[in-house]
Amino acid sequence: MTTTNSGEPAAARADEVWKVYGTGEARVVALRGVSAEFERGRFTAIMGPSGSGKSTLMHCLAGLDTVDRGEVHVGGTKITGMGDKALTRLRRDRVGFIFQQFNLLPTLSAKENIRLPLDIAGRKPDPQWWDIVIDTVGLRDRLGHRPSQLSGGQQQRVACARALIGRPDVIFADEPTGNLDSRSGAEVLSFLRASVREHRQTIVMVTHDPVAAGYADRVVFLADGAIVDELAGPTPETVLDTMKRLDTHAEPVML
Amino acid sequence: MLRATLKSLLARKLRLVLSGLAVVLGVMFVSGAFVVTDTLSRSFDALFASAYATTDVGVTAKPKVEVSEFEGEQVVTPLPANAVQRVRAVPGVRTATGLVEADGARVIGSDGKVVTSMGPPRLGIAWTGADDLVELRAGRGPVAADEFVVNATVAEAAGITVGDRVGVLTLAPKKQFTLVGIYGYSGNRDSIGGVQEVAFTEPVAQQLMLGETGVYSSIRVTAAPGVTREELRDRIATALGPGYVTKTGDQLAADNAAGLQEGLGFFTNILLGFAGVALFVGIFLILNTFSIIVAQRTRELALMRALGGSRRQVIGSVLVEAVVIGLIASVLGLAAGVGVGALLAYLFSSFAGGMELGTVGVPLAAVVSSFVVGVLVTVVAAVLPALRASRIAPVAAMQDVATPDRPLTRISVAGGVVTAAGATGLGLGLFADLGDATLWTILGGVLVSFVGVALLTPLISRPVVSGIGRLFSWSLPGRLGRLNSGRNPRRTAITAAALMVGIALVTGVTVVMDSAKSSLKAEAATILKAEVIISGDQNGPRPPSYDPAVLRGAATIPGVRSVAGLWNDQVVIDGEKHYVNATDDLAALKDAFGDAAGAVPATLRDDQLVVSVPEAAAYGWQVGTKVTIQPSRGDPRAYTIAATYPEDSLPGDYLLPVAAARDFGITQPTMGFLRLADGVPVGQVLPRVKALLADSPEVSAQDAQAFVDQQAATFDTLITMIQILLALAILIAVLGVVNTLALSVLERTRELGLLRAVGLGRAQTMRMVTVEAVVISVFGALLGVVVGAGMGTAVTRALKSDGITELVLPWERMGTYLVLAALVGVIAAVLPAIRAARLNVLGAIAHD
Repeated sequence: MTTTNSGEPAAARADEVWKVYGTGEARVVALRGVSAEFERGRFTAIMGPSGSGKSTLMHCLAGLDTVDRGEVHVGGTKITGMGDKALTRLRRDRVGFIFQQFNLLPTLSAKENIRLPLDIAGRKPDPQWWDIVIDTVGLRDRLGHRPSQLSGGQQQRVACARALIGRPDVIFADEPTGNLDSRSGAEVLSFLRASVREHRQTIVMVTHDPVAAGYADRVVFLADGAIVDELAGPTPETVLDTMKRLDTHAEPVML
Repeated sequence: MLRATLKSLLARKLRLVLSGLAVVLGVMFVSGAFVVTDTLSRSFDALFASAYATTDVGVTAKPKVEVSEFEGEQVVTPLPANAVQRVRAVPGVRTATGLVEADGARVIGSDGKVVTSMGPPRLGIAWTGADDLVELRAGRGPVAADEFVVNATVAEAAGITVGDRVGVLTLAPKKQFTLVGIYGYSGNRDSIGGVQEVAFTEPVAQQLMLGETGVYSSIRVTAAPGVTREELRDRIATALGPGYVTKTGDQLAADNAAGLQEGLGFFTNILLGFAGVALFVGIFLILNTFSIIVAQRTRELALMRALGGSRRQVIGSVLVEAVVIGLIASVLGLAAGVGVGALLAYLFSSFAGGMELGTVGVPLAAVVSSFVVGVLVTVVAAVLPALRASRIAPVAAMQDVATPDRPLTRISVAGGVVTAAGATGLGLGLFADLGDATLWTILGGVLVSFVGVALLTPLISRPVVSGIGRLFSWSLPGRLGRLNSGRNPRRTAITAAALMVGIALVTGVTVVMDSAKSSLKAEAATILKAEVIISGDQNGPRPPSYDPAVLRGAATIPGVRSVAGLWNDQVVIDGEKHYVNATDDLAALKDAFGDAAGAVPATLRDDQLVVSVPEAAAYGWQVGTKVTIQPSRGDPRAYTIAATYPEDSLPGDYLLPVAAARDFGITQPTMGFLRLADGVPVGQVLPRVKALLADSPEVSAQDAQAFVDQQAATFDTLITMIQILLALAILIAVLGVVNTLALSVLERTRELGLLRAVGLGRAQTMRMVTVEAVVISVFGALLGVVVGAGMGTAVTRALKSDGITELVLPWERMGTYLVLAALVGVIAAVLPAIRAARLNVLGAIAHD
């Protein structure tokens, strides 16, 4: 169990979280008492084979899904038990999302897509931060374009900018490079890392790609709904080794 | 994936139901029209069969002027008493009874108002005693001249009981009678088909209903045993010679029933009009639904083609679906139609004073027409989408299903051509002389224009929709809604076009009506100079009239300069029917109409008349020509033209001396015009004229403004009727908007999920969907208002020569329609918006 090294609360925290789908024969336990903490200013990757519960964990952390037992906190606020209104507000103001399917609104220009969370909240972007974000993702000359006029890599960069622009407590990225070629993927991952290292953003990324996980500061491994291992300062090689090692384990290791 | 498939299937089912509903409504009106006509006509048959059960042969005098149901009430020509004797002498006659029976006995109820009728006549008859049909319920029959009896329907409507003194209006002014009895009919009926009956002693009835004593309106003959009705009829006809109409009881029953059924035709046409609108709008809906279904099934259909399915099979698969929907909608519509028909028949019978209804029947014609109309409309609407489906390339099965925005060039060119064709048809119908084909040409032109505009709609939807949407762009949900409504111009356009049809129709009619109304007012203001006008609200075919003594009384009121009474009648001149007027004071009438009649003399001799210039020209008459006129009663008479007058300088085309009115169908004046001395206020005279009219409750005295407004109010009634039609069209169009929105929500599930994930609240989501609906609806209404105003203007211009000189665009009403459309959008958005707001965010993001 990792603890925060400073006094401020973690960006996101799960305490003994259980999630069960279905009943009877069809009963699937997606998360079995997962506890994890994601510190501010860190880039964490969650890894695990299909069905390990990594996406479920992310959804629960982000307030998109409810937990059956345990508690979830975002930036010191307990979100377990919140109603739809409060959760919607939380997602709007304190959480950012990056999806595998770039999920941009086709009717809006790149600029409007980036501003979307702020517009929903009725807020104006901080001009300084706006410039930083736009320059980081390198989209200044593309702002007036519609998503259909952008390449896949560019679309995902718009999605990243949209997640960053509100300076949320935490950004959740669900396989952000899954639909990209390796070069575009590398670009996206580079500036995700840059936004953490240079601008103290917090990112939690779900991935099954060891190369992508290599960009993170820390990797958490899930299997069968439980955290089985953890790696600090990972490289693609160490991640791959850990995964191979985990595959040979029949039983999940409780940490 | 399975869940998604099921979901989409369910959603499609909803869409099919929504679009099928339009067909259901249309079929409902078609079958309802047949059912109500069938039920009522069988009821009429039974009614008159019972009324004429005791009549083997009926004899009447040939009417002087034959009047159809449509033109007004037939004036009875009296039979001399000796005709009864002559019939009695015919071998085979058991009894021959002279009857007195004529419409126009108006009872003044206990509230001082004339008892009105919604259609059935108000008969005045001679009491012939109780018999198989007539049962005295209270009191006795009339014996003295000032006694009378009424049937139970009259007693109830007038609120009178035996012993009351009651005023009755007949050919003569109001007379008081003592009610000595109340009667009903066999089977405990209060009336026969709602007919109000008032019975006097025979001489009184003859004088008051037929105008003279010793005459009858008809002879009821019963046959001696062994003589057939037909035989007896022929014998009587031979014995009486020409001038008489002799019919068997069966014929009379059939004739009477047929007369009422003719009146039903109007009713049926209204229902069929409703059906037409519902089906026409429904076509848009179904077309849209099938286009959507085909677009969604592109991959599936392409796969079918890739596996070797022919184009014909693809078309077939779409059309089969259409046939199934058409069949189901027809069955439902037919069932609903039977209900609606039965309900209407019930309402009709209770309006008509409690007519006995026959059993509700479903005629074969209703079944056949329901299925033909229902299936045909659905299949016709599905043809275009089916053809489009057949053009899907097999390779589409392998590609990502992108529905690219096809260019709008072809559809717009087609729209332009079709609109031009429709406008040409409309123009031809309006301005060229096509005779009988005129109405159909105009109607066809309107329909084709609608289709043309609908085809053009996608082209104009982009700028207009975006323009309307700007109104809502102040908030993010509003902006997203606006952008969404512009995403699929074809779908938006067709949805809006469905709404356009209804609103265009009603706007067009409103423009014409308001223009006519305003023209009438303007014309009345220029030609009518009388300060006080006596007139009645005409309810039923018989115009209200008043005691001529009022005219003499009014002339003595201080401040009154002149008084002119106006009588009218339908007469035969040169074998053709005409309306004529008579007046007691031609000079006063001239004055009342602005003294523009020129050379018309101040008085007419009893053998003189004046004729309008255009009428004289049409017949080639000159001053001095003799014109023979056959009035409703009595013998034809020749009048010499004393002068001609310019159109509208006197009322109508013919003016006769008051002496002629003795033979008119209504021998009392129906209107009166008063001119006041200079400087005399209307308010000083009006109450005194009203006081004079105390015994003539059917008419009232009004100042000129009130009179004109009352005349113009007819147009408002018509506008209200057409607005009911609009309500139906809008209802169907709402289904279209719901349909389109439900689909938008489904198609954009992932987007909605994203928006919710990044923090769009439920209320905001609902607002976004609502804005889209409102934008589409307002767009449709805007189109409708513009198209309707255009059509209305064209019609109004075409009717310029018919007296509609003013063009009035009803801005207020058109504004109301736009607001109404916005409201419709909000209502239509409710369900789709709730659905969008309830979306499971996670499921939506993962949605494929």
